[in-house]
Amino acid sequence: MAVASRTPPKKRDWSWRSQAFRGLLYQILAVAVIGGAVWFLAHNTVENMRVRGIKSGFDFLFQPAGFDIGEPLFGYDSNNPYWKAFLVGVGNTLRVAIIGIILTTILGTLIGVGRFSRNGLVRGLCYAYVEFFRNIPVLLQLLMWYLLFTELLPDISEAKQVGSVFLSKGGLTYPAPVWVSGHAWMFAGLIAALVAVWFYRRWAHRQFEATGKQPGTFWGSVAVILLLTVGGWFIGGSPTEMRVPVKGEFAVEGGASFTPEFLAVLFGLTLYTAAFVAEVVRSGIASVPRGQSEAAQAIGLSRGQEMQKVLLPQALRVIIPPMTNQYLNLTKNSSLAVAIGYPDVVSISNTALNQTGRAVECIAIIMLVYLTTSLSTSFFMNWYNAKSAIKER
Amino acid sequence: MAETIIFQSKPARPAPNRTEGLLPWIKLNLFGTWQSALSTVIIGALLVLYVPQFLNWAIFTSTTSTNADACRAAGVGACWGAVVEKYRLIIFGRYPFEEQWRPLVATLIMLTMLVVSCIRYFWSKWLVLGWTVTLAAYFILMYGSLFGYLDVFGLSKVTTDRWGGLPLTIMLSTLSIMLAFPLAVVVALGRRSHLPAIRSLCTVYVELIRGVPLISVLFMASFMFPLFMPQGVTIDTLLRVLVGITLFAAAYMAEVVRGGLQSLPKGQTEAAASIGLSYWQTQRKIILPQALATVIPGIMNNFISIFKDTSLVTIVSLYELTGSHGLAFNSDADWRPFKLEGYLFIVAIYFVFCFAMSRYSLWIEAQVNKSKLR
Repeated sequence: MAVASRTPPKKRDWSWRSQAFRGLLYQILAVAVIGGAVWFLAHNTVENMRVRGIKSGFDFLFQPAGFDIGEPLFGYDSNNPYWKAFLVGVGNTLRVAIIGIILTTILGTLIGVGRFSRNGLVRGLCYAYVEFFRNIPVLLQLLMWYLLFTELLPDISEAKQVGSVFLSKGGLTYPAPVWVSGHAWMFAGLIAALVAVWFYRRWAHRQFEATGKQPGTFWGSVAVILLLTVGGWFIGGSPTEMRVPVKGEFAVEGGASFTPEFLAVLFGLTLYTAAFVAEVVRSGIASVPRGQSEAAQAIGLSRGQEMQKVLLPQALRVIIPPMTNQYLNLTKNSSLAVAIGYPDVVSISNTALNQTGRAVECIAIIMLVYLTTSLSTSFFMNWYNAKSAIKER
Repeated sequence: MAETIIFQSKPARPAPNRTEGLLPWIKLNLFGTWQSALSTVIIGALLVLYVPQFLNWAIFTSTTSTNADACRAAGVGACWGAVVEKYRLIIFGRYPFEEQWRPLVATLIMLTMLVVSCIRYFWSKWLVLGWTVTLAAYFILMYGSLFGYLDVFGLSKVTTDRWGGLPLTIMLSTLSIMLAFPLAVVVALGRRSHLPAIRSLCTVYVELIRGVPLISVLFMASFMFPLFMPQGVTIDTLLRVLVGITLFAAAYMAEVVRGGLQSLPKGQTEAAASIGLSYWQTQRKIILPQALATVIPGIMNNFISIFKDTSLVTIVSLYELTGSHGLAFNSDADWRPFKLEGYLFIVAIYFVFCFAMSRYSLWIEAQVNKSKLR
């Protein structure tokens, strides 16, 4: 048999007809155009700043900020440098984002599961909730909550009281324990308990793999956690002192409190995002084939067991990627706090920008903070997603 | 001989329970199990407790009097008079009062065109022409002329800083989605390109924009953009914000389009290559027509979220619907206590638009999926 004698044409043929050559050319062109545009903009910026006498650089971070912040997470006053103000802002952003993510997950999951309830009223309410909250801009919702918390609630002197919790225009005041070193023992106990529970559950899982019998771990875990935490508390000298708020003549004094700004941001973000989370959960559950649900009923599981043991674990794989997006959206939307004066990182950058005129630096700080948060969250969720994906051979 | 079998009739089985009609539905859906019955009772009690209170406030004791003192009288519920008094300001913002017919007509034309574009019967090349005419008419009506030319209609000039309210919301969202679309297609193709430099440029763009909040992009458009321009060149705030929103929307839309591109089987590209089509021919004739059809619902969702996100331009002081509400109420001591009624008014406007669009998106998704059901 004749062997094909012609060699295939060389791939790298430096002519206009070679794909490789054209590809290279296009890339060089694209990089040149983008690079040129960036250079042009940067050049203009430097020129403009020189002409207008705007200083640049991050040295302003070490100057005293000169403004107060409504609710610092840690000791801060107006003499502190800018970098500390930014740190307070980042802390406030993270605080509202983390609490919001936890609450929105709980609420959203309940509503998403509620869409499958056997009760028509529950189904209808969950549907109405989702359609109402996701079709109204989140900024508008924040503004409305802010209006509620600052103008429609009673004055501080007539605060609504439930037990030792006060709700008024001044925010939500609640009793909080006085922090003493004894509490450190309690937390040490709690951490030790969590580690112990982790090992206990791993042992239980191994036992299940080996023998096929599933030892119940729930009550055991609860017992370990309670025992070690309370034990730690006793070792620490059982501190019981609380800061209980008391209604004075003009203000509610003592205790810990949430400001109206914080509450407005938290409520707005949580309720808005919960509508989207509910949709994510609903579509995740709907993606589990109907046979799974029927099989669960056939072996006599209750509706709750069916949801918990059969539907949710399978739905979770579909749910996690869009859920990550919702968490990131909530974090990014927390930047709207600037509209109602909650001192998050955007709000503080905005103040710093107006005081120092360093627009480029302040906006760069905002973007850096959010990019870091977004990218690290996606990395974590990708890792978790890979872990919970179906193990296939 | 076999025993004689005497026929004995068995009693008839009872008729099956009725499963249709109101009563069986109630029995099944409201009182199916004891848990269900309990939730029905609790929810029902809450509804009975609060719905009449709300209706009482919103309708029965409400007033439409445009006298602020009448609203403050005891026992009066919602003061819709605040809306009656302020609705022109809320809807049209700071646009000159006598000229407000212009944004009204311009917005009606644009809305008509949006509705027309949603109807299948009109999907043809004429839409492009229709939109060109619509946009030209919009700017002539709003600005008084088209980029300073064509001011033959004798309309007075209204600069963009006076534009506001609903016309601005609709224009910003429509225009930014239209401008973002071609950019999104190019970026989505770029992210799937074999050329590493182009792929990484597109990836960096998309991830960078998606990683930061819209507000930081708007801050950039508002504070940094003037620094970017050469000496002596100033660009209108509205235009800068429009560019910002467009760049933002394009990154999100690019991901939607990329999803559509990925959903196509590889065989399509290979088949196109085997009949000798070039890269651009393949994309234009084979890949994009199929991919774009599947992403229409996704793009519709982009449109809804951009429509809601335009409310953020308030923060960089453009008075669209949310901003013009602030304009109407924040500095008016008489009507300030009735801000809530104003909020409910714009909530209703946003809700009507977004809900209609999300219904349409569902319909079009069903249309798109029809072709896959064969």
